[in-house]
Amino acid sequence: MEENKCKCGNSSKDKFMGDLFKDFKPEKDNLIQILNSVQEHYGYIPKHAQEAISEFLNMPMAEIFGVITFYSRFTLEPKGKYNIAICLGTACFVKGSEKILDRAKERLKIEPGQTTEDGLFSLEETRCVGACGLAPVFTVNGEVYGMATVQILDQVIDQIMKENA
Amino acid sequence: MIKITIDGIETEVPENMTVLEAARTVGIDIPTLCFLKDINEVGDCRMCLVEVEGARGFVPSCMQKVTDGMVIRTNTKEVNDARKNVLELILSAHEKKCLSCIRNGNCELQDLAQKFGITDVEFDGAINNKQIDDKSTSIVRNTAKCVLCRRCTSTCQKVQEIGAIECVNRGFDSTISTAGNKSLAEVNCTFCGQCIQNCPTAALHEKENIDEVWEKLKDENTVVLVQTAPAVRVALGEEFGMPIGTNAQGKMITALKRLGFNKVFDTNTGADFTIMEEASEFINRVLKADKKKPLPMLTSCCPAWIRFIEMEYPEYLANLSSCKSPHEMFGAILKTYYAEKNNIDPKNIYVVSVMPCVAKKFERQRPEMKNEDLYNVDAVITTRELAKMIRQANIDFEDLTDSGFDNPMGEATGAGAIFGTTGGVMEAALRTAQDLLTGKDLEEIKFEEIRGEKGIKRATVNVNGKDIRIIVASGLGNARKVMEMVKNGTAEADFIEVMACPGGCIMGGGQPIKSSKTRRKYDVRKLRADALYTIDEKSTIRKSHQNPVLQEIYKDFFGEPNGHKAHELLHTSYAKREKYL
Amino acid sequence: MNTIEKIHKIREEKRKELELRIKTNCDTREKHILVCHGTGCTSSKSPKILENFRKILEEKNIENVRVIKTGCFGLCAKGPVVIIRPENTFYAHVKPEDCEEIIQTHIVENKRVERLLCKDIDGKLVEKLDELEFYKKQKRIVLKNCGVINPEDIDEYIAFDGYLALEKVLTQMTPEEVIEEITKSGLRGRGGAGFPTGKKWLFARQAQGDQKYVVCNADEGDPGAFMDRSVLEGDPHSVIEAMMIAGYAIGANEGYIYVRAEYPIAVKRFQIAIDQAKEKGILGKNIFGTDFEFDLHIRLGAGAFVCGEETALLESIEGRRGQPRLKPPFPANSGLWKSPTLINNVETYANITQIILNGADWYSSIGTEGSKGTKVFALGGNVNNIGLVEVPMGTTLREIVYDIGGGIPNKREFKAAQTGGPSGGCIPAEYLDTPIDYESLKEIGSMMGSGGLIVMDDSKCMVNLAKFYLGFTVDESCGKCNPCRIGTKRMYEILEKLTNGEGTLEDIKKLEELTKTVSKASVCGLGQTASNPVISTLKYFRNEYEEHAADKKCSTNECKKLAKIEINPEACKGCGLCQKSCPVGAIEGEGPGTKRHINQDKCIKCGTCISKCPFKAIH
Repeated sequence: MEENKCKCGNSSKDKFMGDLFKDFKPEKDNLIQILNSVQEHYGYIPKHAQEAISEFLNMPMAEIFGVITFYSRFTLEPKGKYNIAICLGTACFVKGSEKILDRAKERLKIEPGQTTEDGLFSLEETRCVGACGLAPVFTVNGEVYGMATVQILDQVIDQIMKENA
Repeated sequence: MIKITIDGIETEVPENMTVLEAARTVGIDIPTLCFLKDINEVGDCRMCLVEVEGARGFVPSCMQKVTDGMVIRTNTKEVNDARKNVLELILSAHEKKCLSCIRNGNCELQDLAQKFGITDVEFDGAINNKQIDDKSTSIVRNTAKCVLCRRCTSTCQKVQEIGAIECVNRGFDSTISTAGNKSLAEVNCTFCGQCIQNCPTAALHEKENIDEVWEKLKDENTVVLVQTAPAVRVALGEEFGMPIGTNAQGKMITALKRLGFNKVFDTNTGADFTIMEEASEFINRVLKADKKKPLPMLTSCCPAWIRFIEMEYPEYLANLSSCKSPHEMFGAILKTYYAEKNNIDPKNIYVVSVMPCVAKKFERQRPEMKNEDLYNVDAVITTRELAKMIRQANIDFEDLTDSGFDNPMGEATGAGAIFGTTGGVMEAALRTAQDLLTGKDLEEIKFEEIRGEKGIKRATVNVNGKDIRIIVASGLGNARKVMEMVKNGTAEADFIEVMACPGGCIMGGGQPIKSSKTRRKYDVRKLRADALYTIDEKSTIRKSHQNPVLQEIYKDFFGEPNGHKAHELLHTSYAKREKYL
Repeated sequence: MNTIEKIHKIREEKRKELELRIKTNCDTREKHILVCHGTGCTSSKSPKILENFRKILEEKNIENVRVIKTGCFGLCAKGPVVIIRPENTFYAHVKPEDCEEIIQTHIVENKRVERLLCKDIDGKLVEKLDELEFYKKQKRIVLKNCGVINPEDIDEYIAFDGYLALEKVLTQMTPEEVIEEITKSGLRGRGGAGFPTGKKWLFARQAQGDQKYVVCNADEGDPGAFMDRSVLEGDPHSVIEAMMIAGYAIGANEGYIYVRAEYPIAVKRFQIAIDQAKEKGILGKNIFGTDFEFDLHIRLGAGAFVCGEETALLESIEGRRGQPRLKPPFPANSGLWKSPTLINNVETYANITQIILNGADWYSSIGTEGSKGTKVFALGGNVNNIGLVEVPMGTTLREIVYDIGGGIPNKREFKAAQTGGPSGGCIPAEYLDTPIDYESLKEIGSMMGSGGLIVMDDSKCMVNLAKFYLGFTVDESCGKCNPCRIGTKRMYEILEKLTNGEGTLEDIKKLEELTKTVSKASVCGLGQTASNPVISTLKYFRNEYEEHAADKKCSTNECKKLAKIEINPEACKGCGLCQKSCPVGAIEGEGPGTKRHINQDKCIKCGTCISKCPFKAIH
């Protein structure tokens, strides 16, 4: 238990957090900036990072948790190896991205925000990735698939499943 | 002063006043829900909306300051409709189980629904996120009854500066929760219960222990002893419509006897023991420089404060007095000395403490609070729970005649009584300490500088030629400030009293809940505190060490204060506690 | 040499070098291949295209040709886009493997790769960018550098009069004169509500405080709007320069730009721009030899639409949940860390340098009576030319949709245009000829908003669309005040009932009542405008609501639960396969050869029968 606790980066496990804190003053204003970095690094905000931040910024964990759960970019659980994000921005919606989302739910048997049991896929609804010219779009680990159809989604999922079988 | 017009009434009010306050000066009571003066001024619930000429849209009167020439309308159809619709929206998302609700009859949301004459909630749909947390010994959370007013979080974050709870998620899913949506038992909550005091509904309430008490009262083989804390008697009457600050001690004792308790004792007597032990301990700390017993000494009768030190300042655990709190001491005495005297097997004794506090429920079951494998106290119920039991037993409280506490343990001093208010423990301890050090019976026993509502009070008292520097703090936010001073060496104190609830136990988390309206109209703290000081003043004995019961028990049983036996039964120790499990 | 002189020198030298970017009749042997690196084109592999061009040029040892990454050209639907200057040839849908051919044919042989040229609406091949209908009616002020310069090279910005406005302001104008100029220009906030920018600056100037801040709102959360992103990606310095001018005008020496973390390219380019400006001595102390100093920081948002509301944005910069503050006090008096703070959005700032350089009179000559200048729209939805367009205020919707946007694809009819995103409303065909400005849009129940303009054809169900927007608002409501937190949810629930065929006419009444309460009683702009999509669709398409409620019918068939599955008796051969597959026994008719029909009361619309029918008789 004790070694899991971060003491500002002194334990090797939290070297990342320790190094990260060197870039910031211990001021509450920096919370969201720190969380953005943590999200980027781990793909989610692990509990040990929350504890380390709580100690570093001298603020209650509940307050940090309140911020994490307010912003949709921050997640509390690791995403799947392949994160499929369906754009539900208006441009994509008008071009039928809901159908692609429905198909993804059906294929992966998960709801947006969830990860498949085998950890291979996670599904996400996003708002406008900015590729409105290619609407509808979805992304897999950030790579954009434009002019998307249910068929394209199926192909992508099949391909990933085959590669990871 | 500036001129304004409210609902056609021209009036002058001071600058910097809010529209809400200004309206009250002319007898207009604009409804509020989230508003709590100085604690939660956020303007979110939208119940207090008014029309201000020239302003775009409706304006929350609790936040809007008056300006010269302002024309305000609080009672137009538009604004009333908007308020009513918002209230209906709130009701539509609320778990409406009013008949079986712990706050039925004392709920600000219910009051509003009645005020607006709502007979049917027009909108229906999903209710608030439901999360029930009843894992802690003290506080139950039911988020489906929450109206998201933020009164609890403001109290926890800004007054108590703990921050155990916060609004989490977003939009309709917003809910008041803890880090990681854990139980309050698994986070940095101290169980002070101030959140309960400020909750307008039953989203936060005490964990009741009434059923097990009823169970034991029925059991003929158990001797059920009850003790009541000083603050309970000056608040219990409120539950039965008596004015705030009524001392209902006599009726309370009668009621407790009617409920079937075998003996009714006074925790004030326990407080006298605490003073004997604590004052002696303090003198020892002052006289013998011992690294293991450093100064400043910190009082230890408040269980939320103890949790606070264990979690937030574990490096100062050695500064905490080793004394158990009064009711725990008293429980220990009842199961040893009293049991022996009356020839009762302590295993058959069940000690119930009636406390103004929900943290006491946690303290009761701490492993440290055991002797010979028996808990010193077996159940803690709050002032509110006692009132509920009295109602359940069909007792007409107001019409009861007075009774006295049972002897031989019933005698207590005025010093014990003032334990219930901030500064009281210190005052009582000083009365005894100065006598013990001088060997005299000094007449100067009133310490005005540590009375009153200020959150942090300082005084220097000369005792037998030595200056004793003291600090009295109430409210955990103030406690943190004091501890930071201790930490950075600016505290300059020898003895520090802390009570977790602002104002002390009289304002504890287990006391009758006062609506924001009542709190606005009455200084609840002062009325209850005055009642305690009156008890003290009317007492024939006002110094703990002069309590004959106590003197006899020391002679017969304990020997010296801080002696071996006293240490075994009346003292304890604490350990560092993780804030987040 | 001092900073001003150094910059003048860069401008002079660089301008000559870059003349071919804006002129077609240049006397130069050089060619510049511009590869769009906006988010849209980047996501369809434009960095690879850039890399390929450079590799091939090196292999072939071709000189005098430079390959440059630029910001967005605007015509995103044709991406990835490549433009060759000075001739201004526009290649669309370029793939990395096309580079070889472009170099060979265009550069070496000086011919055109016809298959990559654009076809206009009439099918005619168009070679030059500015000959496209898409560009003809546009007027580029905000986007003037987008697609022209390399956003990662400050010298290119300087070449086209970059930082000249700042120089003018610092050396020739008092803060009051700057504010006067902005006020006179008639510029209004491009973030949504259209508050006069000059007035905002004046309030911030008049506010008392030792420390003041300038904030740029780049939290473009409106789904379907991406103009701010394009400016930051294509011309970041124009925003930096404007923020500095604003700082000088109001008396602030520190600025923050709040950008969505979902815009990584914009964030990266903006950071590069800040670094380069610092390196050049433009950002920092003693700017241009004056005692004006300015520092600029980037703050990332983390996915909350409400943070586009200015006070929520401030909360977020301060590291908290983005819950709006009550106004008053307004940020001009009490903003960031309670100091006077000026907040404008990206597009507003992007107008500033042009106003300073060309004068308020020039600027106010563009646009309508109450709305001056241009407006950038992100044109999307059921329209041919999806992309970014900048038009003078007062341009009609018809011009945007049909002339610039190239009309509705698939031979469908225009049904409505949605502006203002979740805060705006739907504009029906009858208002196609309304000149667009702040007032006219408000009058017809919509709003300018940040500038998303989504076109919908007649296959779209307006009840479903209202549900889409309400779903967005429910997700994005901060949860602070009750009318918005609960009210939007209740509206959404009613819309869900309607689209599921469970709604009643009574529900429509409740919906109307809710729109009033939520609009009037909510704390911030998000809540106050959340009902607009419902209000406007109810106003213009009430019959659709009533059809859903009374007849349980959705004529567009978009609402799946209302769709009827029927068997075409002519095509049915009576094989009975559908009957076997039906999970609820809704298909009636016995024996081989008997035509089947569907009992609508039993049917759950799962669609299994449709896929089982070998004769495609079920619809």
